[in-house]
Amino acid sequence: MAQATLTQPRIRTWRDIAAPLFLFVEAILVFFLARGTAGLQSTFVLESKRAGVTIPGPELVLPTTLTIWVLGALIALVGIALMVREFKSINLIISLMVGVGILAFLVWATRDKSLNLTGMLVSSVVRATPIGLAALSGIYSERSGVVNIGIEGMILMGAFVSVVFASITDSMFIGVLAGMIAGTAMASLHAVLSIKYRVNQIVSGTGIIILALGISSYVHRAILEKSTELNSPGPAIAALPIPLIWKIPVIGPIFFNQSPIIYTLFALLIITHILMYYTRWGLRIRAVGEHPKAADTLGINVFRIRYISVLLSGAIAGMGGAYMSIGAAGRFNENMSAGKGFLGLAAMIFGNWNPGGAYLGALIFGFFDSWQEKLSILQVGVPPEILGMAPYIATMIVLAGFVGRARMPAADGTPYEKQ
Amino acid sequence: MREGKGEAILLPILSVFTALVVGAFIIPFSDPNVLAAKGFMETLSASWAAVRNAYSAMFTGAFGDPKMISAAFQAWQATGETKGLLNAFRPVSESLTIATPYIYAGLGVALGFRGGLFNIGAEGQLFVAGLAAAFVGYSITGLPFLIHLPLALVSGALMGALWASVPGFLKARTGAHEVINTIMMNYIAFRLTDYLLSGPMQRPDGLPITPNVLPTSYLPLLFAEPMRVHWGFIIALALAGVVYWFLWKTPLGLEIRMVGANPNASRYAGIRITVITVLTMALSGALTGMAGVGQVLGVDHKLVRAFSSGYGFDAISLALLGNSHPFGVVLAALLFGFLRGGAARMQSVAGTPVELIRIIQGLVIVFVAAPEIIRTLYRIGSSRKQKSAS
Repeated sequence: MAQATLTQPRIRTWRDIAAPLFLFVEAILVFFLARGTAGLQSTFVLESKRAGVTIPGPELVLPTTLTIWVLGALIALVGIALMVREFKSINLIISLMVGVGILAFLVWATRDKSLNLTGMLVSSVVRATPIGLAALSGIYSERSGVVNIGIEGMILMGAFVSVVFASITDSMFIGVLAGMIAGTAMASLHAVLSIKYRVNQIVSGTGIIILALGISSYVHRAILEKSTELNSPGPAIAALPIPLIWKIPVIGPIFFNQSPIIYTLFALLIITHILMYYTRWGLRIRAVGEHPKAADTLGINVFRIRYISVLLSGAIAGMGGAYMSIGAAGRFNENMSAGKGFLGLAAMIFGNWNPGGAYLGALIFGFFDSWQEKLSILQVGVPPEILGMAPYIATMIVLAGFVGRARMPAADGTPYEKQ
Repeated sequence: MREGKGEAILLPILSVFTALVVGAFIIPFSDPNVLAAKGFMETLSASWAAVRNAYSAMFTGAFGDPKMISAAFQAWQATGETKGLLNAFRPVSESLTIATPYIYAGLGVALGFRGGLFNIGAEGQLFVAGLAAAFVGYSITGLPFLIHLPLALVSGALMGALWASVPGFLKARTGAHEVINTIMMNYIAFRLTDYLLSGPMQRPDGLPITPNVLPTSYLPLLFAEPMRVHWGFIIALALAGVVYWFLWKTPLGLEIRMVGANPNASRYAGIRITVITVLTMALSGALTGMAGVGQVLGVDHKLVRAFSSGYGFDAISLALLGNSHPFGVVLAALLFGFLRGGAARMQSVAGTPVELIRIIQGLVIVFVAAPEIIRTLYRIGSSRKQKSAS
């Protein structure tokens, strides 16, 4: 018997059973999709049409049934592989397989129809931007050991203030700058409360959210509704195509013909990564977040590092808000942040407090955000409201650490008291 | 940091007072007379008038017009006419009606706090609980009042408990933080509500509203129309007593508080953390859910998509302001009820947007959470010496 030769039982925790089981269930669901699709074809269009400019791209015509079977078989095979072998990056494998399942669903939804995949990805990147900025904002704050739930409120204030300043000065640049300053101002309140007064950081963050909601809605009702010229910053910030490379099929429209704020986000992701892992500053921030006492002993000013980190966090969140109002919507609406800050925090946890992973999480949210819209156009027979639950359920599954836990900075959420 | 009993009462009062004072500096910005005024003195007097108008409108909106009340009393003594009395006390009744869901939601969040859990998902829990209560209320016919109403109440509370216990379970089993998960559950609850109200639970005329619940499931009014305060208010007060008894007089309550105070120590003491965490969230969800149930069965008699606006964050403020103590929460909820009740009149009479309340609320949280600000402001030492308020 094979079992007798096993020195160590393969199945140790419920997770070891849950991961393959999850994949098998997923494979069965995928196979179910293939029913009644015989002879149909799914067409994915890859060309991009925006603002009158068409960037050509190939057209993918797939046989629906066969594609679904292949994808389903792939998932099942990976499930079997998980049972017989031990994998280190099981989290990644599961995420990839969930992606494959979603692909199969898209193939099924597009049967006998066509879907512009490039357009969907472009709008995913657009919708991921405020979430990505919020996630980045969270990374700065939490890496230094300050939980920042108030990002939601900082985004809202950023959105509000940037609209007013962009309307007065007719300059988008000043608008974005004002939004960042507003975010920083809210963050400074959070910093003083949580660092100086050692208030419970979630409580302080909640206070920030309520204050931001109150101030922005109050001024909106009291002043902006009467003087509408203060809420008309003009059309949303225009896309800025990067010369030459923006015409590359598929990739060009997705990454190189976007708003300057999106490029800023890309740049910030790279800068943050370098800052956190390759500079003295980053080491200090992480040290303060992991073990403030040790950092203090080595002569690092814990309070100063935390103040700077939280203020940076506020500035980035404020930029996210500016993107939402003058960057995308072209106006301010009450409570327009609509949970983007919280989704950003979830993306941050998804990415294990790393910029790259956090942005990936944000992209997933952006994708689900746009898929709800695209799929309701395709009329797949699933109510759009139910499709709209997908990003939130996905977050919960990921956060549950279906296969392994995210590790937060050790001192995250603990006020530091100097002895 | 230990504080005396007197200070535990004094600090919240001063916090609210200070927030109202700050609010007074914000009111003039929404006043057309102030914005039109020229010169310093004119602006100052216009501002003073705006603040006085707004706060006096808020007062009469919350408690009723003293003149009307005394006139109604005289009429009642003279003729035995009660109609005037009902009308005069209507603002109080409105404020209490508004305070009712606050009590439930605040109690729920406070219970979570005591167990060390941050239930930020009251909003979603009260939606699903309201849906369940509405469903039982309109779909089951032919039941007598004494069975139908309790059934609707219990099913709503159970739904809230179920909804909240999911993040509780995830927290206990996997360590996923309940703050993010309860917020995610909020969004799922909103989508679910949208879906149910646009299809399975939609009223026949096509509006996104559930059918009316049957009168056998109504929470009866305490007084006659037009006073809308209903038995849900009494139940809420009773539940505050029950929560107090449960947390401080029963072994289970002790376990919840122990887990909240020190999870590691309680694990060594042999407390089953998983069970207690899920139970705490479930109880918290049942209470916050009751906020929705009370609105559906006591006030609206149906569920409308936008029947709740920010109870989730309100509940957190209440729990903080009430120091996570059931009786403190009741007082805080009454305060918020009167503030909100008054704010509606403040908006219609003085033109000050109701959003002022949210600013005040945010400030209250800040002040209550950081009592040092208030201590410095009013120069209160640890020995509770209070000097004049500047």
